Amino acid sequence: MMSVIEVKDVSASYRKNQVLHNVNFEVQPGTLTAIIGPNGAGKSTLLKVLLELHPKLSGSVSFLGSNLKRMKKRIGYVPQRGSVDWDFPTHALDVVTMGLYGHIGWFRRPNRKHVERAMACLKQMGMEDYAYRQISQLSGGQQQRVFLARALVQDADLYFMDEPLAGVDAATEKAIMHTLKELKEQGKTVMVVHHDLQTVEDYFDHVLLLNRSVWAHGPTKEVFTQDNVYRTYGGTLRWMKEA
Amino acid sequence: MLSYLSPNTQWVLLSTLILGIAAGMIGCLAYWKRQSLMSDALSHAALPGVVIAFALTGVKSLPVLVLGAAISSLLGALLIQGIRSSSRIKEDTAMGIILSVFFGFGIMMLTIVSRSAGGSQSGLDGFIFGQAASMVRQDVYTMLIMAALVILVVFAGFKEWKLFLFDPDFAKGMGLSGKWMNSLYLSVLVLVIVIGIQAVGVILMAALLIIPSVSARYWSSSFRSMVICSGVFGGAAGMTGSLLSSIGNGWPTGPFVVLASSAIFLVSLIFGAEKGLLVQALQLRRQKKRHHSNSWQHKTVHVKEAE
Repeated sequence: MMSVIEVKDVSASYRKNQVLHNVNFEVQPGTLTAIIGPNGAGKSTLLKVLLELHPKLSGSVSFLGSNLKRMKKRIGYVPQRGSVDWDFPTHALDVVTMGLYGHIGWFRRPNRKHVERAMACLKQMGMEDYAYRQISQLSGGQQQRVFLARALVQDADLYFMDEPLAGVDAATEKAIMHTLKELKEQGKTVMVVHHDLQTVEDYFDHVLLLNRSVWAHGPTKEVFTQDNVYRTYGGTLRWMKEA
Repeated sequence: MLSYLSPNTQWVLLSTLILGIAAGMIGCLAYWKRQSLMSDALSHAALPGVVIAFALTGVKSLPVLVLGAAISSLLGALLIQGIRSSSRIKEDTAMGIILSVFFGFGIMMLTIVSRSAGGSQSGLDGFIFGQAASMVRQDVYTMLIMAALVILVVFAGFKEWKLFLFDPDFAKGMGLSGKWMNSLYLSVLVLVIVIGIQAVGVILMAALLIIPSVSARYWSSSFRSMVICSGVFGGAAGMTGSLLSSIGNGWPTGPFVVLASSAIFLVSLIFGAEKGLLVQALQLRRQKKRHHSNSWQHKTVHVKEAE
């Protein structure tokens, strides 16, 4: 089977420090992968490099054997919630509609059908009652759901998500994970930067252990071992569930 | 009232109105790019360009001076970028450096040029605090066309601007080039600044970019309404300012424009529908009242739970 993502020898630096060193991996379609690793391991940078939001020093990235430019419309991205200013004057539905701007075409206005599609995605995230609420008045979890709805409306085949579960309540976590599993069942490929080691086994079928380079990658059952996690975190990990 | 004014003053009022609208709208872009101070640095950086353009050509024609201003303003912008990316100096410091160096250099050049023959009649010092009354019909046409162009650029790409300002990474992921949008943003910012400096002056031009957008924030719940509101405020401030300055002989326009826009800001700060001080105070009072009337109910619930 052809890989959805093929990353070869990718290196990248961030403010003079090399954060990614010869990263290699391939991702199969229809998988739900957690990217885990300690702080500063280059998890967010990896996503940004894949999406060409951050320059790489060397290496190559291909999507279904093609380059990013051709695949842009089939890739969805959920940035970290803290990466935008939530004081921006707009409402939840409008943010979700932004996910359709690529489809609408530049310099054209969204029509009623576009707004209906956005509304359906908000509903899928259980946010329809907040559609016209100012985004500054939403809670952290609600903001995260809006971001996810915006990704859903893109109707992509491949999703990259940067810590979608960071700082959200249990209900939101459940709603988001339910959605991710649905995406997977539809045959879509999802890569998620994740930081809660305790939920990895329940939520994800694949794991990529990253600390500047890939320490282990594969099905969760085979790869997510105490040994591998300990090596990736380089002894900084004090706690580990006792078997 | 307007019919009492001379035709020239009417033209001047029209041009400061359009200038204010354009500046107010572009100010919103700068506000969400968190670059309000950038507009101040760039308008100060325009001064040496104006003086050098005059010294080289010897004519005080607005298109020539505007071109000079645009070149030196863009040079200032590039230097700010350069300093920030190649050294440890942060953007605000870089802007401070460029602002003062360019302005100092401009004043020096201005002194030299005014002492030379013909320079004293140039009226170039009007560029420091603005002299809207000194504009001739031709200047007004130039300003109108360029301001209209700026307004068109904002409206044509409205949803692109919104996406670019709210979430630049996501925009880039969707194929909206950040480089392209940044260049376009810088171009319209510089364009507004250079057409405004004759009317408002290099020192106070930033006020017409910064204050209307901040005022508009107090009235708007959408980006569209903020841009429109800011344009209206900017236009009103520009026109009121030049009207007031036309009362006296040789009064500079810039300070009056700033005062007019500050008055709008003060009203917005207090009475603004979105987070205005008065609205917030009223909301707090209402909530306190509701809290007091509800608190006995909560107590009963607690007692029941305890049972």
